[in-house]
Amino acid sequence: MNSQSSKTKAARSADAAGVSGTLDRRAAIRDEIVAAGEPWMGIVTAGQILRIVDLEGNQAVDTLFYNANDTDERYSAVDTIRGQGNIYLTTGSALRSNLGATMLTIIDDTCGRHDTLGGACSAESNTVRYALEKRHMHSCRDNFLLALAHSDYGLTKRDLPSNINFFMNVPVTPEGGLQFADGISAAGRYVQLRAQMDVLVLISNCPQLNNPCNAYNPTPIRILIWAAG
Amino acid sequence: MTSSAPHSPPSEQWAETLHPGEHWSGVLRRGVSLRLTALEPRANVAAMMYNYESLPERYNLADTLKAQHTAFLTAGCVCYSDMGRILCSITADSCGWHDTICGLSDAAMVAAKFGASRFQEQRNDFFKNGRDSMLNELGKYGLGKRDLIANINFFSRVTVDDNGALHFEQQHCRAGDFVELRFEMNTLLVLSTCPHPLDPDTQYRPRSVGLRAWRTGPASQQDPCRLRCEENARGFHNTELMFLA
Repeated sequence: MNSQSSKTKAARSADAAGVSGTLDRRAAIRDEIVAAGEPWMGIVTAGQILRIVDLEGNQAVDTLFYNANDTDERYSAVDTIRGQGNIYLTTGSALRSNLGATMLTIIDDTCGRHDTLGGACSAESNTVRYALEKRHMHSCRDNFLLALAHSDYGLTKRDLPSNINFFMNVPVTPEGGLQFADGISAAGRYVQLRAQMDVLVLISNCPQLNNPCNAYNPTPIRILIWAAG
Repeated sequence: MTSSAPHSPPSEQWAETLHPGEHWSGVLRRGVSLRLTALEPRANVAAMMYNYESLPERYNLADTLKAQHTAFLTAGCVCYSDMGRILCSITADSCGWHDTICGLSDAAMVAAKFGASRFQEQRNDFFKNGRDSMLNELGKYGLGKRDLIANINFFSRVTVDDNGALHFEQQHCRAGDFVELRFEMNTLLVLSTCPHPLDPDTQYRPRSVGLRAWRTGPASQQDPCRLRCEENARGFHNTELMFLA
């Protein structure tokens, strides 16, 4: 009874850390925590597996991908949507580039559905969506811009197309309505992708406080990368 | 005001007709209105927009949709840039729905759907595709692949069902359908008349489209696009700073 209960507790804690599943966390070549509101950049080479873990639940993870060998090629939301005939991303989704190639595929998803229409928050869009006085608040596009400015890729605001929002819920109705709804993610849920080309990953762990995309409480995420195998 | 009837342009105006499949670009100044008219049924006009004074500022699909809580465009909507400003307002529209989530056709898609096609045999009737058409026009302004943004597909209707699946409506655009854009900033507009990427037509049949432009002046304080929602009022506020004289 005791051992059963402690095993359950251990399993639950492994789930919450997003390290359950068939891959061994100790074998990961990168295992990093990204604090709430911070950017992250990294390379995932062809065949490697990237896992993003929503550690505490309902945390939007704004994400862009670039072909690491030719950054003119990058993630395209509309090519991805058109290519799969569906607006939501989940297991089986091919993430396509502006040149039509598959950059990564989603191979596992314990959340169930991810957004690619909602874009990234910015100081300017916050003034439009909420109030002129919200301009000072930290935003995903400030994260993107600063990460690009400190990197050596020569990328700028020109290079910020519509992104993916992992763990974010933006339902569209048959009548064409669109809203940011309460999240469907929870602590420990993760999405796992296999790179089909060498990709540069650009993430903003979203600091938005004005809508339910982070349950009004931005929290850390975990990023794990496994070697090709 | 927004309208399902076309506004009457004054005698001083500019007009051109786009050949089926033609790509086009031009600069529309603040206070100019442009009417696109489908001269045949099932037209599609892919459009990208950039601030002509600062090209890194461009149409932003996500900011446009989330500010107005919509997944499509029609009269009363505005097209937002990534800087919280308005490139243009949709002031009249006869067809009620313009797609902006499905992107463009590309060379591989057109070859797979319609077969091989090249200038040598078909001269100027060779099959165009949306992406290369845009790259052609973007190159004239020093822009390229980095600037391939999520576009609008005027005259096309694609709905999303409860599971997120897309449904292209074949009978949406009739001959004579029109949409009017009033430009709120000096805008580089890039157009392609290639068929919508989800149009299931098995023959390559782009349609001709009429363009007509005239001066209307910028939005009034009572403009329906400004009054559509509080978000748009703030979008106009942000835009007007650029033009304080």
